[in-house]
Formats: sequence, structure tokens, C-alpha cells
Amino acid sequence: MITVSHVHKTFPLKNETFVALGDVSLDVADNEFVTIVGPSGCGKTTLMNILAGLEFPTSGQALVSDSPITGPGPDRGVIFQQYALFPWLTVRKNVEFGLRTAGVPRDERRERAQHFIDLVGLHDFADSLPRTLSGGMKQRCAIARAYAVNPSILLMDEPFGAVDALTRVRLQEQLLQTWSQEKRTVVFITHDVDEAVFLANRVVVMAARPGRIVEIVDVDLPYPRTEELRLSPAFTALRNRVWSAVYHQEPVS
Amino acid sequence: MTVVQVDTEVTTGSPPTRERRRRGVPKTVWNLLSVLLGLGVWWGFSLTGFDIPAPPEVAGRGWELIADGTLADDVLASLGRVLAGFVLGVALAVPVGFLMGWYGVARGLLEPWVQFFRTIPPLAIIPLAIVLMGIGETPKVFVIFLASFLACVIATFQGVVNVDKTLINAARVLGARDGTIFTRVVVPASTPFILVGMRVGLGSSWATLVAAELIAAQQGLGYRMQSAQLYYDLPTIFVGLISIGVLGLLMDRLLLLAERRLTNWQERR
Ligand SMILES: Nc1ncnc2c1ncn2[C@@H]1O[C@H](COP(=O)(O)OP(=O)(O)OP(=O)(O)O)[C@@H](O)[C@H]1O
Ligand SMILES: [Mg+2]
Repeated sequence: MITVSHVHKTFPLKNETFVALGDVSLDVADNEFVTIVGPSGCGKTTLMNILAGLEFPTSGQALVSDSPITGPGPDRGVIFQQYALFPWLTVRKNVEFGLRTAGVPRDERRERAQHFIDLVGLHDFADSLPRTLSGGMKQRCAIARAYAVNPSILLMDEPFGAVDALTRVRLQEQLLQTWSQEKRTVVFITHDVDEAVFLANRVVVMAARPGRIVEIVDVDLPYPRTEELRLSPAFTALRNRVWSAVYHQEPVS
Repeated sequence: MTVVQVDTEVTTGSPPTRERRRRGVPKTVWNLLSVLLGLGVWWGFSLTGFDIPAPPEVAGRGWELIADGTLADDVLASLGRVLAGFVLGVALAVPVGFLMGWYGVARGLLEPWVQFFRTIPPLAIIPLAIVLMGIGETPKVFVIFLASFLACVIATFQGVVNVDKTLINAARVLGARDGTIFTRVVVPASTPFILVGMRVGLGSSWATLVAAELIAAQQGLGYRMQSAQLYYDLPTIFVGLISIGVLGLLMDRLLLLAERRLTNWQERR
């Protein structure tokens, strides 16, 4: 369970302080799939970095299972906006990285890595270097790497931002499939309103200057989500609601 | 990263097969042609009254020097000096470069000195080294050491500073602590920079060596050329020049090969 309460985050600029997050509060339940949408610069990555333990709130609190976040931890897996694969390691070695730091013995490491490589459909590329993979494949490798350490929380920052629309749809379906097989809490950041609604239990809409949450939309559509559902009126209605929350934001005075 | 790529781009020996097929004639054929053409021009000049020896004359002299063992002795003496200085320089430069890149304090303390000595060509240190260390092997090895150290320390430092912050963050969220991040992220990520630094260092070591031998030595390629100069023995000077060039090229290729093997994970465009 993630609890964000009254988090402010400011960055010092030359002669002023920039408010990246102003009073953000959000609860995410266990095994919930939450997506965060908002315009560029509204503090999505900043919020994710705070949850990842890579940055700390200026004031307010971020808690995981009721204890404050003091740094990165094996309970939280992160998938970065830029894939951040280690280019000198093969897909397999990348996926094994977190298992090695956790001191998992060799054989078990192999086995678990293989399981997640298969899960994201990269078995034919297990021993390839990242430079030989396409963007979408790199992304799936990053997903496998995060899944392998078996975190109860997955933080994903615009993971499908760099792939084409077709691959994107496929990756979304694959992600949901993986998630339904291996349930965990997911916080998923995106620019894309369709993607946000398609994936989520709840869509959190953020606005910029200062970064804040303007609306939370519950998506009570059943899983598994299909192409059919994507074209249904219920989906369209929700999508339109999120769309207007994102694109017709009242500026604060 | 660009430094690395530009450098390898220029010295790449064989283009990708796709390109080779498209061009038709392989690049090595052009290379060979160019060498033959160069020899022809050289020969031409020597025939038209320029006071330089013709290729066969140089080849003959080269054969004499090989036959009586002089060339081998000189090459060994020169190579020994270069390798000693180079290995020492690199062995010190890599840890120092890592310290500078990783710890702000080390950087603050060391950077002014490195930057200062970098602006002094190693050759300019030779007089000082001879006064302080005599005319034995020590000053020569020292100057070569300095040349390779300075080239390599900067490269290593740049490599460490340029390690992508997201890769470090990725390692941290996968549970890595400082030690692991250093050995498993910073070291591999800066390897391409270090290898480029080593190549530059080797080049400048080699250049410095010959100059150091010109001043005071009993053996070595530089010394051989220096003494040949006294007798207007141009063929020997040519043999020396060609040996220096060929050896330098060979060593550079060797390092390039190592670089390719160790950093074939890099995206090359
Ligand atoms: N380290 C930093 N120093 C100063 N300002 C920062 C820093 N990190 C983020 N910011 C500022 O905070 C704001 C929010 O940044 P953030 O990266 O969280 O946006 P985002 O919502 O993820 O945007 P995008 O969708 O473009 O990725 C931006 O205006 C950015 O300039
Ligand atoms: Mg972002």
C-alpha cells in the first residue's frame, strides 16, 4: 500500500524556487493498477522518483506499507522513461542483475530470469545485447528485469513512450496479461489518455504549475480488457472524461 | 560517448559487409594501391636528383641491420622503454581517474595539477628529467610514463563523469550499493573511454620515446637515427623511421582490437 500525503517538492533555481509538486496526496491499494496522466512538466517523474526513493519530498510524507521511504528498495521495481538497460550486458544478464545483488544463487537466478524472459516473449533474444533490440524489445527487457526481483510495487515511467502505436497496443495487452498472471501494485505514468484508461483501475489526472492532482477517475471496466472494450461506448465515455480533465485544465491564479 | 565514436570511426579498418558489397572493390585493395603509389613517388623523387636513398637501398640497409642483429636490439630497447613507461602510466592513471570522477574531494585536489601538467608537452620535461635523474633509463621511462599517464587519466576521469545517471539509478533500484555500482556499472561504462585514453597515451608515449632517445641513449631506434645522422647515413635513418611507424601502427592496431572486443556492446552509428 502506497500513501502519499501532502507532498511538496521544490527545486532551487537561480533566484527562485520552482514548485514541482505542490501538495499531492494519493493512496494506492495493494495490487491496484493506477495510471497517472498529465501534461509535460507536471511532476509525474518527480512523483515517481519520490516513490522509488531516488528523491525526497521537501515536505509531506511518502509511505510504503506505513513506513516512510528512505531510499530504493527491493519491494519497488522501477522502469525508467529511458529504458536504462545496461548496454554491456545481454538481456539475460540484465534481467539477472537485481537477483545477483540480492545474492540469489546461480541456478535459481538462471531459472527465474528465464521465466521472466519467456513471460515478456524475449526467449529468442536472451543472449543478445541491448543494441541489437528494437525499442519495444528493450522496453520488455526492462519490464522483465523489474519483475525478476519480484517487487510488490512496480513504478513505470512512460514505458511505451518511444514505440509506435501498433507495438504500443501490443505491449499494453502484454503488460495487462503479465500483471494478471503476477499481480502487484502498479503505478504507471503516461501522456496518452487512451493508454491510461485502457490499463487502469484508476486514472490520476495531474496538472502543472504547481504540479498537483486535479481529478481521479475510477475505471470500473472488467479485466481482461480487449480490443472490443477499447471500442465500447463505456470506454469512450471514460476516455472523454479523462481527456477533458487533462486538456481543459483551469489555470490556477 | 561522441569522443569514442568519432575516434573509432576514423580508424575503423573494415567497413560493415553491407557497405563493402555496395562499393565493389574492398577497402584493403585501395590501401595497398595507395602504399604502392607512395613507394613509386618516393622512388621517383630519389631518381630525379633529390638527395634521398631509393627504396631498394633502404631495403638493403634494413636487411643488413636485421642480419647483424642491430635492428632487433634497437627495437627491443625502444619497446622495453615504451612498455615500461606506458604500463606504469596506465596502471596509475586508471585508479587516479576513477578517484577524480567518483569523489569530489579527490577531483578538487588533483584536477589543477593534472590540467597544469597536461599543458606542458612531455618533451619539455626531458631537460628537467635528465638533470634530476641522470642519463640512464629512468628519465626516459619517466617521461614516457608521464605522457601516457596524462593522456589516460583525463580519459578515465571523463569516462566516469559521463556515466549515465539513469544507469546508476537503475542499479540502485535493483538493490546495488556503492561498491557494486562502482564495479558493475561505473567500470564497464567507462571502459570505452579508458581504452581510447590508452591509445592516445600509447601514441604520445611512442612520440616521446624517440625524442628521449635522441638526447641520450646507447641503444634504441632514436639513438640509431641520431648516430646515423653524424655520418650522413640516410638509409639507416629511413630504416629507423619506417620501423618506428610500423611498430607504432602495430601497437595501435593491437589496442584497437582489444577495444573492439571489450566494447562491442556499444551502439555504433
Ligand atoms: N532536478 C531538478 N532540478 C530542477 N528542476 C527540476 C528537476 N527535476 C525536475 N524539475 C522540474 O520539475 C518539473 C516537473 O518535472 P518532471 O520530470 O517530474 O515532469 P514530468 O511530468 O515527468 O514531465 P514529462 O511528461 O515531460 O516527462 C519540470 O518543470 C522540471 O523542469
Ligand atoms: Mg517524466
